[in-house]
Order: sequence, then structure tokens, then C-alpha cells
Amino acid sequence: MTKKKKAKISPRVKMPMQDPAKRGRNFTEVALGYEREMAVNEARRCLQCKKDTCRNGCPVEVDCKSFIRLVAEENFDQAFRVIKDTNSLPAICGRVCPQENQCEGTCKLRPTGHPIAIGRLERFVADNFYARNSCEQETGFLECVMPDDNLKVAAFGSGPSSLTLAGFLAARGVKVTIFEALHQPGGVLTYGIPEFRLPKSVVQREVESLEHLGVEFKCNFVGGMSITMEELFSQGCKAVFIGVGAGLPRFLSLPGENLVGVYSANEYLTRVNLMHGYKFPEYDTPVPKGKRVTVFGGGNVAMDAARTAYRLGASSVKVVYRRTKGEMPVRREELEHALDEGIELEILASPLSFHGDEAGSLQKVLLQKMELGEADQSGRRRPVPLKGQELELETDLAIIAVGTGANRVLTQTTPGLKLNKWGNIEVNPSTGETNMPMVFAGGDIVTGAATVVEAMGAGRTAAREILKRLK
Amino acid sequence: MINKILKKRILIPDRVSELTIHAPHIARNARPGNFVVLRLTPTGERIPLTIADRDPDNGTIVIVYLVLGKSTALLDTFQEGDIILDLCGPLGRPTEISRQGQVVCVGGGTGIAAMHHIAKGNYEAGNSVVSVIGARSRDLLLFKPELEKISSKVLISTDDGSLGHKGFVTQVLEMFLKENPGTREVVAVGPVPMMKAVAKVTSAFEVKTVVSLNSIMVDGVGMCGACRVSVAGETRFACVDGPEFDASQVDFDELMNRLNAFRSQEELSMKLFKKSNVK
Ligand SMILES: Cc1cc2nc3c(=O)[nH]c(=O)nc-3n(C[C@H](O)[C@H](O)[C@H](O)COP(=O)(O)OP(=O)(O)OC[C@H]3O[C@@H](n4cnc5c(N)ncnc54)[C@H](O)[C@@H]3O)c2cc1C
Ligand SMILES: Cc1cc2nc3c(=O)[nH]c(=O)nc-3n(C[C@H](O)[C@H](O)[C@H](O)COP(=O)(O)OP(=O)(O)OC[C@H]3O[C@@H](n4cnc5c(N)ncnc54)[C@H](O)[C@@H]3O)c2cc1C
Ligand code: SF4
Ligand code: FES
Repeated sequence: MTKKKKAKISPRVKMPMQDPAKRGRNFTEVALGYEREMAVNEARRCLQCKKDTCRNGCPVEVDCKSFIRLVAEENFDQAFRVIKDTNSLPAICGRVCPQENQCEGTCKLRPTGHPIAIGRLERFVADNFYARNSCEQETGFLECVMPDDNLKVAAFGSGPSSLTLAGFLAARGVKVTIFEALHQPGGVLTYGIPEFRLPKSVVQREVESLEHLGVEFKCNFVGGMSITMEELFSQGCKAVFIGVGAGLPRFLSLPGENLVGVYSANEYLTRVNLMHGYKFPEYDTPVPKGKRVTVFGGGNVAMDAARTAYRLGASSVKVVYRRTKGEMPVRREELEHALDEGIELEILASPLSFHGDEAGSLQKVLLQKMELGEADQSGRRRPVPLKGQELELETDLAIIAVGTGANRVLTQTTPGLKLNKWGNIEVNPSTGETNMPMVFAGGDIVTGAATVVEAMGAGRTAAREILKRLK
Repeated sequence: MINKILKKRILIPDRVSELTIHAPHIARNARPGNFVVLRLTPTGERIPLTIADRDPDNGTIVIVYLVLGKSTALLDTFQEGDIILDLCGPLGRPTEISRQGQVVCVGGGTGIAAMHHIAKGNYEAGNSVVSVIGARSRDLLLFKPELEKISSKVLISTDDGSLGHKGFVTQVLEMFLKENPGTREVVAVGPVPMMKAVAKVTSAFEVKTVVSLNSIMVDGVGMCGACRVSVAGETRFACVDGPEFDASQVDFDELMNRLNAFRSQEELSMKLFKKSNVK
């Protein structure tokens, strides 16, 4: 692009937001979504490049260029069909994908600092479509094919990987049953990501649209415990997909970590999201209420926990991270939202120990100050302790969000399944098949904690392969 | 119908009852030591309860609960024919049972019900089971007839001396171990202070001792870490690594502290429940 052309590029259309001062204390969605005119204007900025690099940036290869053109032409329904062709959860992806590293990161306009807001357009198209009704609109597919009961496939876990697999197969006439251990489907979308970022009604709608396609959800069924792989195959299942995620929280193994007042982000977020603890005592599950809250970690999970704590009435919330702000793995947009809402950062610090009162409740944490040293293998500069420099933080609620590991329940009870040294399932990357024939796996249980759209990509790969084998 | 309560048996009025529930998939796969997580209403919490018995042929499981707070008090209002909204299981690692000779099963209070399934598993594996059970008084002793059927001996203690030894199960256990050096294993289920005391008694005899830990749980499938306990100085999850652990390695004091984490909210919940339930 020439300099002159670059200068002419108009900025992206702004996303309407709830006022930070208000939203920091409520659970309603922060980003309000484009209005019709905003979406059309944004779509019209698209260059319709001959080599549309944006598509390659998307793990499920949404045909961005075409759908954006259709939005520019105000043909929103057709735009929806184009997206839905490769992405079964557009309303969710439009909200939580790290677009800046994916489609928008590879957009030709990226160097101007104003790539097309592909994610926001995707969200607009999906929300616009779902706002109306009809068979097609319920399911997102032109024809409703009712599944063939003889082609049975089961999936364990109901996160984005299984939902995508089910959508793909059900639309092609396969009967899919999803077994979920919790009492509500959605995986992390339901129990992890908070309402203010991804309203539960959006997830619910995707689940319902799958039900319209004939997908059966069986909640309170734990794979390997309530029902085993052998039982499924002996009941006539042709293939099984494992999408049980990486929900096992990691702890820090530091003194005082099991004091009352120290929680994993998963527990904290599950109490709030899945169990509606923020409505206690109307709902029975209590949530720890902190005044001075400290969160450890630098990813989406840490930021979600911090913003939740603030909404639950904390007077101050500090996120402690051992590198610097620039290295935090959180989505940029969400980090900015958090800072606008009043979340504070304590960078270049790492916890040493937790200290409680006589009753065994958390009172303060001791931090080690760090500096950045040489780059490590990952190319990031390694944090090294600054000898003798410690810091004490008064805190009555600490939330640990330093990552999660493979969920063990199914893998422990399914002998013969090949795992790697971290307990993740090994698969053939081009088919998603495990070492057990007709048993497939995908999502976080294969890759370790990753993203929604990567999990979806894995569900799609497995579904394609299963279909090939069935037909 | 799935999750339907087929039978309710009141064991101690207003305190402890037993439910037989239709849940064929749980009944088929449940083993001694497993538990379920249940939720009663759309606003309810998830609470863990041990599977006290199962009948795979009839597709039923048995649970026994002690009315403690809001959720168990609400469960106590459920009658035959009612349906449990969510019932998830079997969960937890089953008890490791091998044929090894004499096993002592110690149960306290409601823990006797959980202990019963383990004792039965040991009996079916061909072990000789000695049951040691205790309660505050004779009317509060659960499962005595059931345990008599599968035990070579049932030893009893009551705090008030109304039946058996006057005092604690640990005293009975200690006497028994002194007289029977051939005991291969002790399994204890009951209140945490009781399990802690059992661990102390058996440490002197160098007999393998297993306890079933009742930590606070949310999901029960290894995703929240609420149930974490320190065993041999390491953090373990009671729901997926347990609930049974080597008694000599457990940090009981930490567990007792963590069980109080939500005390004030639980009390508020119960108060509101009682108020709304007054007719
Ligand atoms: C708080 C938080 C915020 C996040 N924010 C983002 C974000 O903004 N953008 C993004 O792209 N990604 C984000 N992620 C990551 C993303 O959510 C995950 O990568 C994705 O959900 C993984 O999907 P999955 O299909 O592997 O399964 P999961 O979503 O992990 O779901 C697995 C499901 O399987 C169930 N299960 C487990 N064991 C069994 C069993 N034995 N039988 C039956 N069911 C079982 C679990 O209950 C769960 O419901 C976030 C994650 C968290 C925790
Ligand atoms: C593996 C396991 C098996 C159990 N088996 C049985 C059983 O067979 N029969 C029985 O009567 N009880 C059993 N319990 C204990 C039972 O779960 C609690 O009594 C119940 O959750 C109390 O709920 P509540 O609302 O009635 O009381 P609350 O007022 O909420 O709590 C009373 C006390 O119960 C404990 N508790 C509270 N919430 C939980 C929770 N979510 N998980 C665990 N403990 C909690 C705490 O110590 C608390 O102080 C078991 C617990 C575990 C972990
Ligand atoms: S790369 Fe950017 S400008 Fe080009 S087609 Fe894709 S979205 Fe439009
Ligand atoms: S109860 Fe959540 S991890 Fe054990």
C-alpha cells in the first residue's frame, strides 16, 4: 500500500459500550454491538482484496471477504449463511475470539492500525439473524434434515469443540448425543466466561439451535463414570468424540495457599456463572466476597475473575503478573475494558506466600518483585527475582488464575487411551483420531488451554473425518 | 422415571433419612466409595452425598443424609415419587478393595452409611469385616442390622453408654487392634475429628488406614479445586484423587478450617429457609 492510500483509510467504526463507571458494578454485557448502519459503514471500508489474507488468519476459515461484502450490500441473511457455513457459533466467536491475532491480525489494513472490525461484524450478523425467527433461523441451516437414528455419534463434554462437531454432523443427518458432566451445557462458555462478556442467553440459543437439529444433550452424565466408552459402542454408537476440556485448576504450591480466602479462578467463576452465586441468597451457592482482592495471572481468566470481583463489590482489585503489561496473554480489548473499569495492575511481581489470621482466613500475601532478564526459548524475556525486594499486599480474597491442566476424569477411567506427559490426549492432527479406533478428541483436552475457535476447529476436523468414515 | 425417589425411610426423625432413587446408569457403574452430586431446584447448590448402596438389577441407588443446613433440610421435604432435578454420578475413585483377610471398618454418625457400602464391598471380596460404629446414643446408630449381616463382629460405642461401650469408637478400635494384631487395614468414615482421632490411634499399630474426606465441593469432577486437601504436603482434589486417602498423611486441621469457609452464608441460608417454611 502506498503512503498516500494509507492516509486515506478511515478509522474503524467505534463499538458502542456501556459506560465504564456504571458497568464496573453490573453484570450486563459491556460491548453493546453495532447498529445496522454502523455495521454497513464498517463493512464498506473493506478493500475486497484479491488475496484475502483475513481468511487464513481464521482457524475455522470463515470466508470473511464474502460475508463482509454481503453486509456492505445489506444482505445480512446471506452473510449469516456464509459465516455459518464454516463457523457454527458466530455469536460466540464474534464476542470472545482474539480477533486481533487472527482474522483482523492478517487483514491488509492492519498496518494502518485500523483493520476491518471482522469480529464485530460477525457478532452483528449473528445477532441480527437470531433476532428473527423460522426453522432456518432457528437452526442456521437452509434445510432441516432430521437425523438418521442409525448413524449414532456421542460426544463427551459440551464445550465449543463438541458443539461444533454436533452442529456439523447433525446438519448432515447424523444423530449426535452430547454427555455433559455439569447440569448445564456450554463448557467454559457457561461456567467460565462471565455474563458481561458473553451473555448466557447467547450460549443457550446456540444449544437450542442444535436441539432443533436433533442433537440430544444429556447433562449430569460423566464420561467414564456414568457411562463408559464400551457401553456407547455396544449400544450402537459409531464414533465417540472427547471434548472434555482442560478444567483442572493449577495451584502455586506456596505456603498458606489452602487458607480460607484463597480460591482458584475456576471455583470463583463457577460459583458466580454456573451457580449464580452473585444472587445469593436467592440462589443457594455462596460466593466469597472480598473487599481487597488480589488476582494472580495475566490471561483472560485472570481478567474475568478480577472484573467479576469488582462487580461483586470489591473496593480494590489488583492483578498481579510476573512480566509486564505488554506480555499479558489477555485479549487487548478486554485488558483495556478492565483498566477502564478500575482494575489495577501489579506487574513484575510474583507471589511468595499467603498469610492468615488466627481463624485461618487470608489476610495478606507476600510478593517477590521481578525484573525481565534474558529471552527464553519462547522468545519472551524471562522474569527473574529482584533479590531482597519484597512487597506485602493486604488482601482478604486471592484468586489464582495461573492456568489449568487436562481434565482427568475421563482419561483416568479409559484405559488404553494414549496421553502425553501432561495428561493431554494424543491425536492425529489431520483427523483428530486418538490411538483408539473411532475415538476422536479435540479442544483443550488435546492442546491444553487454548481458545474457543481453536476448539471449534478441532471439532470440525473430527466431524469431517467421522462423516467420511460413516458414509 | 430417572432420578425418581422410589422409597424414603426415616432413620432418625427430622435428622437422618434414607432414599432409594431410580438411576440405572449410576447403579450400574457405582462402586463402594463413590458418591453423587445432586441439585434439587433451579436455584439450588450442588451437594455431594455418598452412595450407601446400589442395586444394579433394579437400577437403584441408596443415599443417606443428615439434615445440616438449607440443602439437606430441603431434601428432607422430598417424598416418595418426587424427582431430584440433577443427580450426577458415580463420582470419586472407588475404594481399593483386595482380598486380604481382616479389615476393620469404622463408622461415626451418618458416616456409618458410607462405611456400609465399603464394608459390603470388603465382605463380597471375601474379607472378614469387623465393623466398629459409634453414635451419641443407641437411637442414633444407623445400619446396625445391615452391618450385622456382613460383619464377623459389630462393635458398638455410644457417648451416653446406652448401648455397647460408653465412650468413643476410637477407644473400641484401640482395644480391638491390641487384641488382634493381624488386622490388615482400617477404613474410617465419619466426622473429621473422629477420623483424625482414628488416624492417631492406628499410627501406633502401623496398620494401613484409609479415611474418606468430606471436603466442600462444587462441581465434584475436578474443575474447581474447592475440594482440595493437603495429603503428604501436596494439594490433592478429594473429588477426583479421593475421597479416600491414607489417614497418616492427611492435614485434618486444614480440612476442618476449610469446612468453615462459608459458615455465615450457610447460617443465613438456613434462617431464610426456616422462615419461608413456617406454615
Ligand atoms: C474464564 C475463561 C475465559 C476465557 N476467555 C476466552 C476468550 O475470551 N476467548 C477465547 O477464545 N477463549 C477463552 N477461553 C478459553 C476457551 O474457553 C477454551 O479454550 C474452550 O472453551 C475450550 O473448549 P473445549 O471444547 O475444549 O471444552 P470446554 O469449554 O473446556 O468444556 C469441556 C466440558 O466438558 C465437561 N466435562 C469434563 N469432563 C467430562 C466428562 N468426563 N464427561 C462429560 N463431560 C465432561 C466439562 O464439564 C465442560 O463443560 C477462556 C477460558 C476461561 C476458563
Ligand atoms: C464425598 C462426600 C460425601 C458425603 N456423603 C454424605 C452422606 O452420605 N451423607 C450426608 O449426610 N452427608 C454427606 N456429605 C456431606 C454433605 O455434602 C453436606 O452435609 C451437605 O453438603 C450440607 O449441605 P447443607 O446445605 O445442608 O448444609 P450447609 O449449611 O450448607 O453446610 C453445613 C456443613 O456441611 C459442609 N458443606 C457445606 N456445603 C458443602 C458442599 N457443597 N460439599 C461438602 N460439604 C459441604 C460444611 O462443613 C458446612 O459447614 C458428604 C460430603 C462429601 C464431600
Ligand atoms: S484482508 Fe481486510 S480488507 Fe482485505 S478482504 Fe479481508 S477484511 Fe477486507
Ligand atoms: S469439587 Fe471441584 S475440583 Fe473437586
